[in-house]
Amino acid sequence: MTFLKTMGFSIVAMFLFAAFSNILPQVQSDAPVEEEIPTDGFDMAGMIAYGERLFTGKGTCTLCHNDLGRAPDLLVMNLSTAFNDRLADPRNEGVSAGGEGASDVEAYLRESLVDPSAYVVEGFGKKGSNDTISPMPAVDAPPIELNEVELNAVIAFLQDGAGWDPTVPLPSAEEAVIEEEPEEVESAEPETDPLVVLDNVYCAGCHDLEGSEADVGPNLDDIGTRMTQGEIIEAILYPNAIIADGYEADYMPEDFGEQMHTVELMVLVDYLINLSN
Amino acid sequence: MKHSQTLAATAALAAIAFILPEIAMASGEEVVSILEGAPKPSRGDYPVIAGISARTIAWSLAQMHLFLAAFVLAVPLFAISTEMMGVITKDDRYDTMSREFMKITMAAYSLTALVGGGLLLALLVFYPHLMGYMIKVFRGQMLIYAALFGLESITLYIYFYSWDALRRGNRKWFHMSIGLVLNTVGLTLMFVANAWTSFMMSPSGVDAAGAITGTVWEATRNPLWNPLNLHRFLANIAYGGAIVGGYAAYMFLAEKRAEAKAHYDWMGYTSNFIAIIGFLPLPFAGYWLMAEIYAYSQQMGITAMGGILAWLFIIQAVLIGTIMLAANYYLWSGLMRTDRGAEYAKYVKYIAVVIVGGFLVWVTPHSLVLTPSELQVLGGTNHKVLGPLGIMPAKNTAVNLMLVMTFLSFQMFYRSSRVATVSWAKQGNMVIIALYVIGIANIVGAGIYGYFTPTVYKVGASVPQVTTTLMIIVASVVIDVLMLRGAKTEKVHWGRMSERSQYALFVLPVAFTWLMGLMGYIRSSLRTNWHIYTIMKDNSSEAYIPTIGEAGNTITAITLGFMAIMVFVFWLSRLGATKQSEPKQEASS
Repeated sequence: MTFLKTMGFSIVAMFLFAAFSNILPQVQSDAPVEEEIPTDGFDMAGMIAYGERLFTGKGTCTLCHNDLGRAPDLLVMNLSTAFNDRLADPRNEGVSAGGEGASDVEAYLRESLVDPSAYVVEGFGKKGSNDTISPMPAVDAPPIELNEVELNAVIAFLQDGAGWDPTVPLPSAEEAVIEEEPEEVESAEPETDPLVVLDNVYCAGCHDLEGSEADVGPNLDDIGTRMTQGEIIEAILYPNAIIADGYEADYMPEDFGEQMHTVELMVLVDYLINLSN
Repeated sequence: MKHSQTLAATAALAAIAFILPEIAMASGEEVVSILEGAPKPSRGDYPVIAGISARTIAWSLAQMHLFLAAFVLAVPLFAISTEMMGVITKDDRYDTMSREFMKITMAAYSLTALVGGGLLLALLVFYPHLMGYMIKVFRGQMLIYAALFGLESITLYIYFYSWDALRRGNRKWFHMSIGLVLNTVGLTLMFVANAWTSFMMSPSGVDAAGAITGTVWEATRNPLWNPLNLHRFLANIAYGGAIVGGYAAYMFLAEKRAEAKAHYDWMGYTSNFIAIIGFLPLPFAGYWLMAEIYAYSQQMGITAMGGILAWLFIIQAVLIGTIMLAANYYLWSGLMRTDRGAEYAKYVKYIAVVIVGGFLVWVTPHSLVLTPSELQVLGGTNHKVLGPLGIMPAKNTAVNLMLVMTFLSFQMFYRSSRVATVSWAKQGNMVIIALYVIGIANIVGAGIYGYFTPTVYKVGASVPQVTTTLMIIVASVVIDVLMLRGAKTEKVHWGRMSERSQYALFVLPVAFTWLMGLMGYIRSSLRTNWHIYTIMKDNSSEAYIPTIGEAGNTITAITLGFMAIMVFVFWLSRLGATKQSEPKQEASS
């Protein structure tokens, strides 16, 4: 009898733990997949958007480059000032200081990505290293393993963030289709049907859209008459940058850039613009 | 079953020689010359057998082996300690209990070897490239491991079976020497296995491509080896204590005789004490391990604490909270064993408030996944009032206060059967009260300070909290020992415990086992889609981190299997001690 009672008691306790683990948010994290870059019509805007996806996705940059203070918050700070200041910093032994380091912003960014300890921003070095060793991993090495095209895309994204025209080259046809281990990779196909994208990101949950009557965020049925394409993109990627009158910040998730392919984002924006027509 | 460990060791040797005979026989230099780097198996290189999930099989067997191995390695560690207590105090109860500890271990040992053999087979079948590479890296060390396993078996059997033959006088010292050898071998076995596990997380002694550039010792002494050694050493003691505590609770519930109930009540109390002693420093060992993970790879650290795995630490909080509540409830119930216990029982409600409050703070998440309507009601992704309780300063404060209160529960029971007779007893009590008051104020103060420092220093702010907790515990023990020397002792009515308290004691092994399964899963998942982090990619179809629910269900299934084995072992143990009564003489004869 004691056997049955203790076993029954154990089973109940264990199922409570299992039940708790099942009511928490359920997310499966897949191994990163190589993204195939289209060669037709892939312009610098596409390169910048690709760089942003890498920045928040495969590159895992936002794990540290955020508002928690582990690394400079590159998505918020004034990048043009910061990059110029760092190139001019006497501790940066670049070409301008007579050293062998970076000669311009593109070279500086590339150096920061593949050899983060070449120059460490003051206050962000490893503890006890007196800012000579960076805690950041070289992103062209495992486990991140960005290739040349991907490095260029991230640099393009950061240059664009600083308000400059990217100086990196666009990928050639050969570079764009090369994948390291093609047989192991499952291509992630972007959705092109706007209704499917809408369903996935669930705008109507918070915005009044085609009769949903939700009022957490502004009405989207007439958004095409109020905002340009660029403003809508910005509002989706950086929802707290500008808050519509009568609404509060921090309601809209800030990770739609991670949830959508560029194609999906553009399909969604086009759909919203055309709604008011 | 008794031969299973020999079989497992032989299988390990045969497997190594069979798979890579040139490695098994080669010298270090020869091995270096034949290695170019870690293999890069493609998806098609992973054997698929009848649609079986290779990862689930390897995961289940590895976890089950670890549960059993942790138990059989831990119990001799504290069995020799309690045996020594018996010699020092000349109290035979300690010796009897130590032997009983070992009796349970013996039943579990054969299963450990059996499951270990199964794990080896599963790894060789499903992950041949990984195992081939690991054998190349660690070369002869795996043979040494197999030899040590044999030595462990021999010393374990001698230690247990010679117990009564070497029980008294100088022979007792000889017996404890055997126990010392047993524990040395056991710990070495664990350290060697830890080297393989930690190498997979933080490889060293190899270059970026995985080619061997260093010695076996360099691969062994990788950055996470020692933190893992300490963490597992302490966790094993806590775990072993919890399991034998579960055994004592089982026997208490099953026994009808008052004398036997008293024995198992005392055994349960001692086991709970051992579990808590191992458990108290565990968060600090965990802190060191996590700090070393961050130092090795900030990315790996953030993946654990701020990424996909972060929610699992909320489950960890629930489990540790359960352990704390159950252990404390058991201790409070213990106050009924002494006549002066009621004097202390009035403080229990305050301790309970702190423990439950700390538990609630610990399980408060920082951000929540919400529906739009919930988002609207809450006014943001963080709750305006409760949100700040979700960050580390609040959680560190909560866990330190819970540890201090747990220690206080122990102290109250200890004192409930002793009346100090020293002249400075009043002053001593005042010092202890001051220690608690100042210490708690310091823990809370450091927690508040943590809110006003940048994130990178928040973790650092927990160091004074930990130091304060340890200071309260150590200083209280020292003062109590001095103050209660020659104290007037009162009778402890062992066996005067409720059945409910025994179920609280039984919660410990269940929650500990689930917790170990969870933490093992988190540690292993830190490698994400790498067999060996940054060296050898996992290209199998199962190279993904499953949902929390899927992981929880798997851990539950493994824990259920383990608990079924343990309760069966307890039942067997009781069966072994049961004697059929003599048949009554017939009146006619």
